[in-house]
Amino acid sequence: MESNSSTRRVFHIVTGTLAVAIIGFVLVLPLGIILKEAFSKGVGAWWEALSDADTLSAIKLTLLTTAIVVPVNTVMGVVMAWAIAKFEFKGRTFLVSLIDLPFAVSPIVAGLVFILLLGPRNGWFGPWLDAHGVRLVFSTAGVIIATLFVTFPFVVRELIPLMREQGSAEEQAALSLGAKPWKMFWRVTLPNIRWGLLYGVILTLARSVGEFGAVSVVSGHIRGETNTLPLHVEILYNEYSFTAAFAAASALSLVAVVTIIAKSIVEKRK
Amino acid sequence: MSIEIKHINKHFGDFHALHDVSLTIPTGKLVAILGPSGCGKTTLLRIVAGLESADADGGDVLFDGESTIATPVNRRRVGFVFQHYALFRQMTVAENVAFGLTVKPKADRPSKAEIKAKVEELLDLVQLSHLGARYLDELSGGQRQRVALARALAIAPKVLLLDEPFGALDAQVRASLRRWLRHLHDTINVTSIFVTHDQEEALEVADQVVVMNKGRLEQSGSPNELFTQPKSEFVMNFLGEVNIFHGRFENGQAVFGAKAAADSAHAKMLVRPHDFKIARTPEAGGISAQVVRVLTAGSIVKIELSDDTKQTLYVHQSHAEFDKNPVKADEQVWLIPTSQRIFRNGEDWNGDYII
Repeated sequence: MESNSSTRRVFHIVTGTLAVAIIGFVLVLPLGIILKEAFSKGVGAWWEALSDADTLSAIKLTLLTTAIVVPVNTVMGVVMAWAIAKFEFKGRTFLVSLIDLPFAVSPIVAGLVFILLLGPRNGWFGPWLDAHGVRLVFSTAGVIIATLFVTFPFVVRELIPLMREQGSAEEQAALSLGAKPWKMFWRVTLPNIRWGLLYGVILTLARSVGEFGAVSVVSGHIRGETNTLPLHVEILYNEYSFTAAFAAASALSLVAVVTIIAKSIVEKRK
Repeated sequence: MSIEIKHINKHFGDFHALHDVSLTIPTGKLVAILGPSGCGKTTLLRIVAGLESADADGGDVLFDGESTIATPVNRRRVGFVFQHYALFRQMTVAENVAFGLTVKPKADRPSKAEIKAKVEELLDLVQLSHLGARYLDELSGGQRQRVALARALAIAPKVLLLDEPFGALDAQVRASLRRWLRHLHDTINVTSIFVTHDQEEALEVADQVVVMNKGRLEQSGSPNELFTQPKSEFVMNFLGEVNIFHGRFENGQAVFGAKAAADSAHAKMLVRPHDFKIARTPEAGGISAQVVRVLTAGSIVKIELSDDTKQTLYVHQSHAEFDKNPVKADEQVWLIPTSQRIFRNGEDWNGDYII
C-alpha cells in the first residue's frame, strides 16, 4: 500500500513535469523566441520596423478586414444558427454539414476557388465583373471575402448546440407576454446565448487577424495595398529582414495572447 | 371573457392531430381538457393561445364573440403557463414577473414605480413576495410554477391557459398546488383552461371537464356528469377505475360470463369498483369470483378478486359496509353489479343483459 501510493506520486510528478515541458517547448518557447528576435536590436529598432509604411498599411488592412468580417459573421452566424436550431425543415442536416465546409477544406483550396470564381481573366464571374469595373480578387475586397469564408463557421458552430439545448419555450413565453419579435430577441434570445456568442466572436476575431492561406491566394501580395499582417511577415522573412519580420510577428502574437486570456474568461462563464 | 372554439382541425404532416373540435367555455369558468398523452389537448391549447396555427379550413377561435384566429400570439393577450415553466433564466423572479409590462410600447407602458407595485402585488398573490430578488435556480418546482403564473397574470390576460401546470411536480406539491389554483381562480376569476392527463386533478379542480381522445372531443360536462354519466367506454375507463367484462350480443341481448362464447368480445360491461354487492351464495346475475387479497389500510377497503377466467377484479367498500359482512382471502363469492354500463364498439348501449 505504502509503496503503491509512493509509486503513484512519482508517476504524477513525472507526467506533470512532462506535460509542463511539452507545453513550454511547443507553446511558450516559440512565443519567447518571437519576442527575443523582435527586440534583439532594441526597442527603437522594433518600433521603427512597426512604423514602416508597408507594415502600417498591412496592420490597417488586417484591422479593416477584421472590423468588417467579425460583425458580418456574427450577425450571419446568429441568423443561421437560429434558423437551424429552432426550426425543422428539409435539408437541415445537410446545411449543418455545409457550414463545416470552410473548416473541412484547406484554406489554400478555398482561396483557389475564389480565384476560379472571381478571377478577372479566367474566373466564371470575373470577366463580367471586370467589365463592370468590379475587382474582387487581388484587392481588399478579395481579402475580406476570403476571410469571411474561412471564419464563417465559428459563431454558427458555437450557437447551434446551445440554441437547440435551450429550445424555444422562453421565446414563446416572451411572445405570449406581448413582446414584439425584436424585443424578444434582445431581451430573451440574446442574453441566453451571450457567452457562447462572445466565445464564437473571439475565435472569429483571432482567425480573421491570423488567416494566411486563403488570403495569401486571393490577395496577390501587392505591397502597401493587399498585404495583411500575416502575409507581410512572410514577405519580410523571405527578404531576410528578420527584425522587421519578428516585430510584425510580435504584434500578431499580442493578439493571440489577448485572445487566449479573453477565451479563458468567457469559457468559465459559459 | 368567453372562449369559443369552432371546427378546429390540425394536421402535422400526415398526422391528423385534431378532428373538427368545437367547444364553448363560458366567462369566468375553469375548464380542464383531459386526455391521454398524444390526444391533441396541448395542441388545442396552443392553438387557442396562438402559439400554433390551426389548419386554414374555416375553423375559428373566438374571444367574446370576436374572431382571433388571425391575431398573432403577442397581441392576443393570453396568459400562458408552460409545462416546464419557460421562465427567463437570465432574470430574477421580479424581472420575470415584470417582463410583460416592460415590453409594452412606450405609450402604454406603466411607470417604473407602477410596475414595481404591480410585481409586488402579484408576488403577494402567489405567496412569493420574499423571493423577488432571487434567481430561478434557487427556487423549488412549485415556486417556479407560481412565478410562471404571476408572470402570466401581469399582463391582465383575457384568458389564462395552463399546459400541464402540475406535470413536473411531485405528488404532494401537486395536490396542494391544485387546491391553491382553484382558490386563486375564485379570487381573480379569469376564464381559464388547463390541460392535464390526470383525471383526479381535472375532476377536483375544474368547473367543466372536456375529455379528448385521438384528436377528438369525447365528452364535455361537469365533473359529476362525466363521472356518473360517461357517454363512451373511453370516458368511463379514463375517469376513475373500472372492471371490464367481455361478452357478446345475442338476440338483442348482451350476454356475459360463462354463458358467452369465449371467442366473442363485442359487448363490454364496465363496472366501477364501488358498484358491487358481494354475496356468499350463488345469485342470479352474480359473477362467480374468488377473493385474492383484502386491503383494509386506507379510507376504503379494497378487495382484489379473480373470476373464473382468471381476470383480476377490484371491489371497493366502505369500512362500515365491509364490517357488516367481512370477506377473507380464498373465499368463494358472487359479485352483483348494482350499477353498470354496457358499450357496443365503444358506444353506449341500453338494453337487457344476462350474466
